[in-house]
Amino acid sequence: MITQPGFLASEFPPGVDVFDYKSLIPSLEDSMWGGAFTKLSLLVWMAVAIVIIFFLVTYRNPTLVPTKKQWLAESVYGVVRNNIATDIIGPQGVRFAPYLATIFCFVFVTNLWSIVPFAQISPNSHLAFPVVLAVLTWFVYIGLGIKKHGVLGYLKHSTVQPGVPWWVHPILVPIEFLSNLILRPITLAVRLFANMFAGHMILLVFTLGGVALWNAGPLLLKPAAFGSWAFAIVMTLFELFILSLQAYVFTLLSATYFQSSIADEH
Amino acid sequence: MYIAQEAPGAPAEHAEYNVLGVPLAEVIVGLIAFGVLLFVLTKFVFPRMESMFQQRVEAIEGGLVKAEKAQAEAAALLSQYKAQLAEARTEAARIRDEARADAEGIRADVLGKAREESDRIIAAGREQLAGERASIVRELRGEMGALAVSLAGKIVGESLEDEARRRGTVERALADLESAGAR
Repeated sequence: MITQPGFLASEFPPGVDVFDYKSLIPSLEDSMWGGAFTKLSLLVWMAVAIVIIFFLVTYRNPTLVPTKKQWLAESVYGVVRNNIATDIIGPQGVRFAPYLATIFCFVFVTNLWSIVPFAQISPNSHLAFPVVLAVLTWFVYIGLGIKKHGVLGYLKHSTVQPGVPWWVHPILVPIEFLSNLILRPITLAVRLFANMFAGHMILLVFTLGGVALWNAGPLLLKPAAFGSWAFAIVMTLFELFILSLQAYVFTLLSATYFQSSIADEH
Repeated sequence: MYIAQEAPGAPAEHAEYNVLGVPLAEVIVGLIAFGVLLFVLTKFVFPRMESMFQQRVEAIEGGLVKAEKAQAEAAALLSQYKAQLAEARTEAARIRDEARADAEGIRADVLGKAREESDRIIAAGREQLAGERASIVRELRGEMGALAVSLAGKIVGESLEDEARRRGTVERALADLESAGAR
């Protein structure tokens, strides 16, 4: 990016249009299927392929005493299994560990694209991908709740708080209903989407800002361009932190929602 | 970002980009991609990891059990050796006692035999002595009578010889002498 500044100089400040990726197959551009063949979709497929290959290669010949690669693969699953699934849901959380670990890997690798050179955009900065994951988690935890308590039982379980004066219920029940059954998937999706969207924006601002400063004309401004680019590097590291955190938070909240569905009490 | 350079070229071609839009095509891509990932990992990877974790737990627990077994075995062996050692000790003591008894017996035996032998030798000596003495006495008796008579004859005269024979004076004197000697 820094090596070819003239390339991008035309557009500063960046607008939301930078997220408007065109179809890689030009003939599909104006059909509704164009979105299935954009750079973002390609990155999603690549992320899936990378995760699958990583696990299949590292776990091809597992041994009792793990090799380094095997240990790496095991610790990815082990962290989600022990530190998220079992810690939050309890001993029976192990059966959700595969789903949660898959969520974690998928979100983490798709997020990671935002700082990988030449990709430099996370598919999760398009709302559709987080929505898919959030809605899947939503289905799972609603399904778990209904299976455990029955339809009405689960409705009561998730909306009626015990130990509350009766006259508070008319206010509290609609709030609980809204927050527990409607807003959870939305906040889950929007949290991930907004973080990745904003992260991309921030990186663009500092890199393109540097380019704009370099091209601005007055010689005095040129050193400031380097400051801007240096900060872009700092923000890239920050982005690495944020993207890992978001993958973790998404998985953690999914586990928390599962736990709330299968819990006996609040 | 590469798209950014295209954007000014064809801005009017598209409707305004909706940041919060959820295009169906992307939803489908997301669903299929995530589904594939979930299927492969859940089917081929995570169960194998679970079984590996389980095997590891079993290996560790099995190792503990094995160690415990080995310890018990060692303890059993030790007590067995101790028992054997004690047995060997009593056996040795028994053998020693037996040997002592044997030695005692042999000694007594030898002693007895020696005593018997010495007794036998002593008795034989005594017998021989008695025999010799008897024969000496017999000889003496004959000679002494004759000697005494001849001696007395020489002193008193030859006539005494006949009278002495008649009266058995010599025999009587010898008997007296004998009884005095025996005393």
